[in-house]
Amino acid sequence: MNENRPVWASESFWKKVAVWVTAGSFVILIFLTFDSISQITAGGSRVAAYTVINKKVTYRFDKTKNRYQPVILDQDEPLFGQMLDEKQAYELVNLGKLTIQAKNCMNCHTLLGNGAYYAPDLTKAWLDQGWGTAASREMLMLQFLQNPGKYARTYGTNRKMPQLGITEKEAKGIIAYLKWMSTIDTNGFPNNFTAIDAEED
Amino acid sequence: MSSQAINSSVSKVIRPLSMDKLNGGQKLAVHYFTVAMILFMAQLLFGLLAGMQYLMPDFLYNTLDFNVNRMVHINAMIVWMLYGFIGSIYWFLEDESGVEIVGLKWGKIAFWVLTVAVTIVVLVYLLVQTGSGTKSSIWLINEGREYIEAPRWADIGIVAVVLVFFYNVAATFSKGKWSGIAGVLTLDLVALAGLYIAGMFYTTNISVDQYWWWWVIHLWVEATWEVLVGCIMAWSLMTLLGVRRKIVQTWLYIEVALMFGSGILGLGHHYFWIGTPEYWLTIGGFFSALEPIPLVAMVVHSIYDSGVHHFKTRNHPAFAWIIAHAFGNFFGAGVWGFMHTLPQINLYTHGTQWTASHGHLAFFGAYATINIAFFYLAVQKMRGDCWMGGNMPDNGWKWKAAMVLLNLGVVGMTVALLIAGYEQSFIERAVEGSTWGGYFAAQSHPWFIQAMVWRMVFGVMTFIGGILLFWDLLTIGKYEPRPAVGVSQ
Ligand code: HEM
Ligand code: HEM
Ligand SMILES: [Fe+2]
Repeated sequence: MNENRPVWASESFWKKVAVWVTAGSFVILIFLTFDSISQITAGGSRVAAYTVINKKVTYRFDKTKNRYQPVILDQDEPLFGQMLDEKQAYELVNLGKLTIQAKNCMNCHTLLGNGAYYAPDLTKAWLDQGWGTAASREMLMLQFLQNPGKYARTYGTNRKMPQLGITEKEAKGIIAYLKWMSTIDTNGFPNNFTAIDAEED
Repeated sequence: MSSQAINSSVSKVIRPLSMDKLNGGQKLAVHYFTVAMILFMAQLLFGLLAGMQYLMPDFLYNTLDFNVNRMVHINAMIVWMLYGFIGSIYWFLEDESGVEIVGLKWGKIAFWVLTVAVTIVVLVYLLVQTGSGTKSSIWLINEGREYIEAPRWADIGIVAVVLVFFYNVAATFSKGKWSGIAGVLTLDLVALAGLYIAGMFYTTNISVDQYWWWWVIHLWVEATWEVLVGCIMAWSLMTLLGVRRKIVQTWLYIEVALMFGSGILGLGHHYFWIGTPEYWLTIGGFFSALEPIPLVAMVVHSIYDSGVHHFKTRNHPAFAWIIAHAFGNFFGAGVWGFMHTLPQINLYTHGTQWTASHGHLAFFGAYATINIAFFYLAVQKMRGDCWMGGNMPDNGWKWKAAMVLLNLGVVGMTVALLIAGYEQSFIERAVEGSTWGGYFAAQSHPWFIQAMVWRMVFGVMTFIGGILLFWDLLTIGKYEPRPAVGVSQ
């Protein structure tokens, strides 16, 4: 019976296929990883340098790409009125990331769409119209992060962010982080999003 | 034996729950299974708390907040499943290799180290919860990254423990006989452990962070875990049904080829929107769309073999959970995964309740089920290899009811979450354009709230199923007079 079995039904054939397919896929993945990482390091072609927090940024529909696209305008808009050099900007954004991890934000929110679904996505939180105007935004964000229970806008759901003991410094870091993150080229996610200062453009 | 005869002997036979008949690896496996089952109950409990907060946001607000409950819910899940897998492999290691486990003593020490570490981690999650924005919070309290929240000190402990486990597997097979299953299993464990290390570093850059984070999560559940359960399934089909080794091993290789061939580059379905280049839209969409194929193959193979062997088995509950695994894996991962895997739809469903719907059915269907099957294999042997079927002294009502309640509960939650996911994708994403206002417009829509109510109803059903399962594992076979009828192996 064994002699009549075609090669493609044999154990040894599939063993070889398994090994080659796995190795081949893995090699391609490694190659693509090198390319992707080079494009997504801060200051690469798709992820802005941390000093982007000194700039005015927005998110607009791009007619040639036919999708939404973050835009870094040629106009200063220093965070908390202070221009930061590369090192200072990195440190502020880094404090934001450490705080975001230490406070476990991602088990309520999503960042770049990953995380939990109990609270809004933060990918473009910096650009959200919920902050009213660009002028009031920084102050409102600072207040809210330090005292979320009090300043919560729950839109009738009563779902409030908990008191996480975020300090003013940490709050500034988080805000810097959100501003930087809103400039990442996310291939048009989220779609159809109207940024806070959209009317001005 | 007629049922009267069984009933008349009921009061006479009492089978103790004992480790006497177990080999060394199996004794260790029982330790792992015990902790796994306790953590499974913890997972369900904290799921209920988190689910409740959707309906009553003030419930435990500022005491045990949603993020804490959810962290315990999903972290307990990952850990209990890993415990279950380690236990399952220890369970069959001596049978499969033909020799005693080489470093059993180390295996036992590793078990206790891991269990103490897990206990501390959970206590810190619950009592300390969060830290300040410093590296030491990440090292000592929690890492704040979904599924792999365990603080860095615990990560290092986990790696050490996994190395001991890996040594035991590799060295035991080397000393005894290598089979096809042994070869696949060993290589797969190298990859599984290696991937964990990809999740063990800190970076400021969220895109780079998520790039590697998905290596751990995706390449675990859609590649290495999937192959791991393929090995476990292969062994189970031989043991439970007496399927021939040549057949299961050929299938195992086919499944490895199809699973790794689609799953490794299928990773790209998580690289659509995190800053990574546009080519991932094509690569990720294409390869991940192929991922259901091996899952179909697994269903075909297990059901076909079951048919060939006339569904004759000595452990009905274990076998039923194995079949639940085949279907659960196919529907949860294959169908529910496929539904949102193309970028054209994922743009709207990404990070909504749709994702949660898929996450629940996939993790339960693919991985909870097969672990539960092994819990039943273990208790059977501990009850002196008694018969386990539908016609036990109490008609096996507990295992049947647990099976129905757990499966119906999870399917019910999955459907409720899917409805919430449709609503959220349409209203928040498509219509409102993903603003905060849009998010809350979707969350306060009656369709969403109704879905959350139904999720809780089915969540409670799942929980009751879990309690019954626990009770059944402690009692099944106690009064069963008949020995199990062996199958040809
Ligand atoms: C047993 C195997 C699988 C398990 C346990 C599983 C589990 C999960 C979980 C838990 C998530 C959510 C991750 C998060 O929290 O961000 C997820 C996301 C996802 N899964 Fe799976 N999955 C499996 C297989 C599959 C398969 C085979 C496919 C495709 C055919 C798939 C497609 C997806 C997609 C597209 C996402 C991203 C959802 C989003 O954009 O929000 N999954 N999976
Ligand atoms: C008692 C029943 C359960 C309830 C009430 C429940 C509730 C929840 C809740 C509220 C979340 C958070 C979703 C969000 O972020 O909005 C969640 C997440 C999750 N649960 Fe459950 N759960 C239950 C059982 C299970 C079971 C049995 C499994 C799998 C074995 C499971 C796997 C998951 C996974 C993988 C996630 C993360 C999903 C994602 O990020 O997409 N849960 N669950
Ligand atoms: Fe995936």
